[in-house]
Amino acid sequence: MTFLRAIGLLILLFATSGASAQSNETALRETIGGLSSAKNFRETEEIVRSLGATGDPVVGRVLNALSDGNVSFRKSDNTVFIVSERAGRAKLFDPISGDEVGEAATTELTKVKVNNGLRRSIREVFATLTLGSPNPAVRQRAADTMFISPDPAAIEGLDAAIAKEDVASVKERMIQARAAAVLASDLPEADKLAAIEVIGARGDRSALSLLVSYQGRSEGALREAAASAAAGIESTIAVWNAAQNVWYGISLGSVLLLAAIGLAITFGVMGVINMAHGEMVMIGAYTTFVVQNIIRTSYPGLFDYSLAIALPLAFLVAGFVGLVMERGLIRFLYGRPLETLLATWGVSLVLQQLVRTIFGPTNREVGNPSWMSGSFQLGEMAITWNRLWIVVFSLAVFVLLLYIFNRTAWGLQMRAVTANRRMAASMGIRTPWVDAFTFALGSGIAGIAGVALSQVDNVSPDLGQGYIIDSFMVVVFGGVGNLWGTLVGAMSLGILNKFLEPYAGAVLGKILVLVLIILFIQKRPRGLFALKGRAVEA
Amino acid sequence: MRGSFYGIKTMLAASVLATSMSFAVPSYAQEETIKVGILHSLSGTMAISETTLKDTMLFLIDEQNKKGGLLGKKLEAVVVDPASDWPLFAEKARELISVNKVSAVFGCWTSVSRKSVLPVFEELNNILFYPVQYEGEESQRNVFYTGAAPNQQAIPAVDYLMNDEGVERWVLAGTDYVYPQTTNKILQAYLESKGVAKEDIMVNYTPFGHSDWQTIVTDIKNFGSAGKKTAVVSTINGDANVPFYKELANQGIKAEDIPVVAFSVGEEELAGLDTAPLVGHLTAWNYFQSVDTPENADFIAKWKEYTKNPDRVTNDPMEAHVIGFNMWIKAVEKAGTTEPDAVIDSIIGVSVPNLTGGYSAMMPNHHITKPVLIGEIQADGQMETVWQTSGLVVGDEWSDYLPDSKDLIADWRAPMSCGNFNVAAGKCGGKGTN
Repeated sequence: MTFLRAIGLLILLFATSGASAQSNETALRETIGGLSSAKNFRETEEIVRSLGATGDPVVGRVLNALSDGNVSFRKSDNTVFIVSERAGRAKLFDPISGDEVGEAATTELTKVKVNNGLRRSIREVFATLTLGSPNPAVRQRAADTMFISPDPAAIEGLDAAIAKEDVASVKERMIQARAAAVLASDLPEADKLAAIEVIGARGDRSALSLLVSYQGRSEGALREAAASAAAGIESTIAVWNAAQNVWYGISLGSVLLLAAIGLAITFGVMGVINMAHGEMVMIGAYTTFVVQNIIRTSYPGLFDYSLAIALPLAFLVAGFVGLVMERGLIRFLYGRPLETLLATWGVSLVLQQLVRTIFGPTNREVGNPSWMSGSFQLGEMAITWNRLWIVVFSLAVFVLLLYIFNRTAWGLQMRAVTANRRMAASMGIRTPWVDAFTFALGSGIAGIAGVALSQVDNVSPDLGQGYIIDSFMVVVFGGVGNLWGTLVGAMSLGILNKFLEPYAGAVLGKILVLVLIILFIQKRPRGLFALKGRAVEA
Repeated sequence: MRGSFYGIKTMLAASVLATSMSFAVPSYAQEETIKVGILHSLSGTMAISETTLKDTMLFLIDEQNKKGGLLGKKLEAVVVDPASDWPLFAEKARELISVNKVSAVFGCWTSVSRKSVLPVFEELNNILFYPVQYEGEESQRNVFYTGAAPNQQAIPAVDYLMNDEGVERWVLAGTDYVYPQTTNKILQAYLESKGVAKEDIMVNYTPFGHSDWQTIVTDIKNFGSAGKKTAVVSTINGDANVPFYKELANQGIKAEDIPVVAFSVGEEELAGLDTAPLVGHLTAWNYFQSVDTPENADFIAKWKEYTKNPDRVTNDPMEAHVIGFNMWIKAVEKAGTTEPDAVIDSIIGVSVPNLTGGYSAMMPNHHITKPVLIGEIQADGQMETVWQTSGLVVGDEWSDYLPDSKDLIADWRAPMSCGNFNVAAGKCGGKGTN
């Protein structure tokens, strides 16, 4: 019996909702149509609010598109569409159903303008609409948005959502969002004290922000509770900040390591003062640009692999330039450091101007593949993917080089030539070729460093100049001729820099690091890990 | 008629080629010409910004010659390359004036390069048109400032954030040199005069070409979690912007939460960047490529045709050169001569159409009137105007918000003829006697 009644009720429900859906849709269309006549952002915002007030989830589509700047109206008849533009043509989609309804030239359309304030309102409206979404991730995002912009009117909706919620983590966010709304409401003090506790337990930056602002406009016990909760969060964040500084130091260190490790070979092992080292990095970055450009125009599907494709190519291109440099110039200058310095500096200027002539003086766009964009949250630390991958990559390059040096025949020959050239020659090693290939290896490694650096820095003809000083600093500080020294040198300089930066500022921090290095070199002229034995005397 | 057009064009192209290659004046130019100096870096760090301005000048001179030149003579461009080297700017300026005998010079980008050529222009009495937004606190008889003074860019931008976005906490981030430091000093004084507390302002400087922004972006995030709406006012210079914006996007700072308004980021700088994560961050200029006026559409079309590159963008300093060049043409026509003294007198009050649909006029303080536009960065790397001043704003050379310059005015008309007249003391001469 009850079963039958339930079914009857359901049918009734569907029938009425179907009927009202139709009248709803005409009303919605009318409201959406208003977007074409809104004169300013305020009027557009009113339309967004009234769309949100319908509580109908279908308006989510048009709101999202509006926020992305993809809503336009046709000039001829003021009909509003969701559009997707490509090369002067736009596909038109119905704002409610989302079906494709035609095509138009972009000149026939006028875009509905949005600004930051409007995007914020859309985000808030969207959150209230999606609180009941079947997808837990969407519900959580909605709750988080409501936490950041609390609205007392939302308490009822949140209560209902909390009662229905069965995912514990999402439920917690909703309770926190409710607490934030309670603080903004005129509920009794006991409720607010409980709310402060909930927010304090959340313990992140947005909770802190809420508490500090609440502290400013409350008094008595509430003010004290908010202050102590805020102080609690501040002390946790301070601990996280210290951890974050270490991470930033490692990340800066890994960039320094990448830039310097090629130099550790050409300067550290071979003793060539290579001022064009930075330009090898730059060549690697431009190789990435060229690879990505070809992929963009011809094989857009491969974009996420573009860096993997660019790596060997950058190694080959930069290595080849290095080989030509060594054969054509540097081999005539061995044992004459001053001439080498000037000649390689000249080469660096030539390479820069060459790239400027070919690619133009402006920056070139190198995109981040999707796996290198954005960040993830570890406690209160935001760790960006591109930095994480660069740390991993630099360590991989380091291990690879260590292997080549210590475990391969070629590495053995390189070390033999460095230790005693005449003896190595007597043993049948072709020292000129070892020189050439060692230099090419160092340049090639600089090239693949360029692939990684293109992800965090400008790809411009001056890219290399920013790294050359730092690279020499790392190699000299770590100890010439020792790969481990380069690793330790890069990491300690990175971390030192990042610990000084918050206190001394970026400019003074850099100066302090330089002063400390000068003092250190006075004390230990051969760097952290000095080579011992006969090689030093040679 | 058409044939002669072609002839002029090829001749001009050849002469440009020759000058840019050998610095020398082409010897085969038979008829007498009026020479215009172009003093922009074509190599070195500033080439990224300045090369475009050199192209703009060549384009404008080409257009003017198509219209029949000036005073019945053809214009001829003399291009030199000061190579982003500040002392070399002074040398090259001297070369342009004394060796090449140019009638006016269009050039410079950074304030330090302008400061280094000032004495040369004063000594040799020539004219410089300076097209870039700058920190103010200067007015010189031989220089015409066609870029924005702080009150034509920075102050309206801060007003917009304060009134329309409700910002209460401010991060002033800049590169460590004269333009950001002076601008931030003015902004700080301005914000404090509007009742912003000292602890709600954070000032941060970074070296040129700074690339590791992790710490600073986190600092901004921390500073922004104090329960008040926060915004970043960025005077970060050129190149360092790309990693800065990348870091902002990667750490998930959205324009809706902490907007960044930048004074040195234009269409050109954004061309090297994936702008999708930056949508909504703001820029303040006096011109955007996206401005929808017939003058602008016409200019962009001609520019793309001239450069033979449909992707070439236009930007604010280019518009400043357009205005400056047209003003110079008009002033020379009015004076009937290219003699610098006559032009300096006749150019005041000259008004020419700008590209945003109005007229810009040269004021007695050698600054011009301009509209101020606030734009939001779009996914395609263009800006969309979200706010603009209702009328034109007159460039204010001596800031009213700094204690040692608020009594100073500049008026280069007779009988005052003074760049730093002290109203309180009633005599010429005050801070900065340049």
